[in-house]
Amino acid sequence: MRSVNDGVVEKTLSNGLSVLVKEIHTAPVASFWVWYRVGSRNEHIGVTGISHWVEHMLFKGTSRFPKGAAEKAIAREGGVFNGATSHDFTAYFATLPTDRIDLSLEIEADRMGNAAFAPEEVEAERTVIISERQGAENSPEFLLEEEVMGASLRVHPYGSPTVGHLCDLKAITREQLYDHYRTYYVPNNALAVAVGDFEAEAMVEAIERHFGGVPAGDEVPEVTAVEPPQRGERRVMVCRQGLVPYLTVAFHAPPVRDRDFFGLTVLNAILTGASSMTFMGSGLTNKSCRLYQALVGKGLAVDVSGFLLPSIDPYPYTLSVVVRPDRDPDGVEEALDRELERVMSDAVHQDEVDKAIKQAKAQYAYSKESVTGQALWLGFGEIFADQGWAEAYLDNLGAVTVEDVRRAARTYLAASNRTVGWYLPVGSGAA
Amino acid sequence: MMDLLRRYGVSAAEGGPRGPSAGPPRSAGSCEVTMAVPGAHDIDRFELANGITLLVRENHANPAVVMTGYLQVGAYDESPQKAGLADFVADGLMRGTERQSFDAIYEALESVGASMGVSGGTHATGFGGRCLSEDVPMLLETLAEVLREPSFPGDEIEKLRGEILADLAERTHDTSRMASLAFYELAYPEGHPYAISASGYPETIKAIDRDDLVGFHREGYGSEGMTMVVVGAVDAELLGARVERVLGDWRGQTFAREPLPETRQLTEVRERRVTVEDKTQSNIVLGYPGPARTDPGFLDARVCNTILGVFGLMGRLGEKVRDEQGLAYTSYSSLSGGPGPGPWRVVAGVDPVNEEKAIGSIRAEIRRMCDELVGEDELRDSQAYLTGSMPLQLETNSGVARTILSMERYGLGLDYLERYRELIEGVTAEDVRRAARRWLDPDAYALAVAGPPEA
Repeated sequence: MRSVNDGVVEKTLSNGLSVLVKEIHTAPVASFWVWYRVGSRNEHIGVTGISHWVEHMLFKGTSRFPKGAAEKAIAREGGVFNGATSHDFTAYFATLPTDRIDLSLEIEADRMGNAAFAPEEVEAERTVIISERQGAENSPEFLLEEEVMGASLRVHPYGSPTVGHLCDLKAITREQLYDHYRTYYVPNNALAVAVGDFEAEAMVEAIERHFGGVPAGDEVPEVTAVEPPQRGERRVMVCRQGLVPYLTVAFHAPPVRDRDFFGLTVLNAILTGASSMTFMGSGLTNKSCRLYQALVGKGLAVDVSGFLLPSIDPYPYTLSVVVRPDRDPDGVEEALDRELERVMSDAVHQDEVDKAIKQAKAQYAYSKESVTGQALWLGFGEIFADQGWAEAYLDNLGAVTVEDVRRAARTYLAASNRTVGWYLPVGSGAA
Repeated sequence: MMDLLRRYGVSAAEGGPRGPSAGPPRSAGSCEVTMAVPGAHDIDRFELANGITLLVRENHANPAVVMTGYLQVGAYDESPQKAGLADFVADGLMRGTERQSFDAIYEALESVGASMGVSGGTHATGFGGRCLSEDVPMLLETLAEVLREPSFPGDEIEKLRGEILADLAERTHDTSRMASLAFYELAYPEGHPYAISASGYPETIKAIDRDDLVGFHREGYGSEGMTMVVVGAVDAELLGARVERVLGDWRGQTFAREPLPETRQLTEVRERRVTVEDKTQSNIVLGYPGPARTDPGFLDARVCNTILGVFGLMGRLGEKVRDEQGLAYTSYSSLSGGPGPGPWRVVAGVDPVNEEKAIGSIRAEIRRMCDELVGEDELRDSQAYLTGSMPLQLETNSGVARTILSMERYGLGLDYLERYRELIEGVTAEDVRRAARRWLDPDAYALAVAGPPEA
């Protein structure tokens, strides 16, 4: 066990489980997370959506906690309990009054190896997951993003949606799900994070007591997919009944470990406003950023946003625009292009960089208000890079120069590096 | 959280809203819970001479500060022909003032990572903001300026109108918003403010001119009844003095209000199906006018709702509709509990071929709540959840601020959190059934479904 900076205690158990623990005494609560290094990155066509489905199955019972028992036990203590699947990880967490946090250690240690995957539960969940996908399909933004990502990434598994393709959701078997679970849900592929109002050493011991007996598994299969270079602009279109056009442009971008990641983070803030690095939202407005001014401010669009996903492998950076129904889509794309040209040819101003950094500092403070948020940050950095990443995040952003931003713009915003997607409404729409 | 998760490419296993707004901590067994529940001992309450109430709770654990509050003006005060006016005015406040342009206002806020917003509602207009402690003076000055001296610049107003119309155009193709819109029209009598969309309709938004905005602000925005809460790294006394300085000499005007038209419980099924082309899922809203937050039976209804569609994985509804039958990803119930008879409703998203089956199981669960007493274990579970989740509600400054605002708004008293546990534990199985029978009815309800054409 060793103490690293910022009061974080780190330990690797003999079965390979990484443990990060941090004391925070602002409220009598604790948050416990288990992160598995598996997500849509580890899938291929035929089994897309399998990581997300496995996550659902972990809420369907073990012999010790039959279906429903775990969430009821947590709810009885007033806790929150959930799971989430993303491209690079699947995470489970509970936040509870400190004196009951042991319950969540017990549940997580148990379902690391003992989830039942009862065949009838697999079938019941198949329709729930298809329903989840159908709900998403009702959203124009989901349909457009699915097309754009599929076109931008034709080799890398990030190109398929986390929820999976419908044909795969219909075909995946119980055996495939269980294999996926046994392959990736092993302590040597997992990270346990606890943050809260406890004594760190006692918490590490408790984690060891619950998880120490879980046997190590084989090394997980490596992801070998590499997206080949793009040789020219790609374009896709989605046409559905509706009234509002949507534009999404995806650019190949660096992964989180690349030095350009921070330059691109600042560039994104300059173009589309400050956004939260983690998936807990920021709630900040973006009305003073360049693209808002150029598109919404000029009455061409109603909303503009940018999204840079921290990822292990390169994941496309996206710009999205909700176009005003009474405006010509081509004109909006031209206005966007003019702004992108400008940021590639002229240097950004130092005060724009300073502003992005101050915004990031404020966001960081907001995101660390809750112990759940602090636990998220700790695990998050470790999944993509290492424990030092989250810690050095503000310093690395603070070191970004005008030249770094210009390099990021010239390297990543070129037309030949992008996929342009349009959702164009047809017909008159609703009854 | 769900939308953010989706945007992030993350899918969560659970859906639906969670939990109550507040409750006191459980007395702990093995470890001592020493956190002070926000209460009279650590909330500073200021009453300004012009009718503004300010509540402040200091928290110096982190440099962040949040502010939240409301003014006594809303869609309640607009005519049906100008539906959306109150919302339009609220959105327009930050589009420019006598002293600063829209761009200057947002540049000042965003350049320090601060945010502020004003949004219309039916009974009240809410405002909120957050910043680091060093920027509190700027946040308060901006708030005072936009409330007191908005200039509604013509070009900004036209842009805003375009944005509102685009949002309404998106609404016509959004099954969940269309189902909700139809539900309100069915559940409340014609002409009731709740039966009219506070966002308005394309024709009413087009009918609003700049004079309407200026007039509504002049006649309806005033200090009387304004309430605000600040939580975070501030000094309460200094903050009180600052608010006095920027808002103490404001009066403005507020509208005289007629009481809400009477809302009767439904005596028949009122249903509508809205067709939205090119969609794969149908959204169902089935519900009733519910209790006001100040109704003496409100907590009985809250416990009842928790059992029906919140506890664990969306309560009994989650268990039957999602889990046993695999019909839906989400199916939960929610109780609004505002100043008036806001809705108590069940919401579900289902494959269109399963609409009838899902509605059947939702009604069966409602019937069971009305006919049978809930089991003692089930009751105790939901009570434990409602009281035990309080520390989590109070984890963040914004959670604390929301809770304090609600205690003030509904006259619950600053000692409410200390009494909450006893109040919830005092609810009996008979109380739960009485609440179900008073507000729910498996045979008389409002039902709105929005989805693709029927197969």
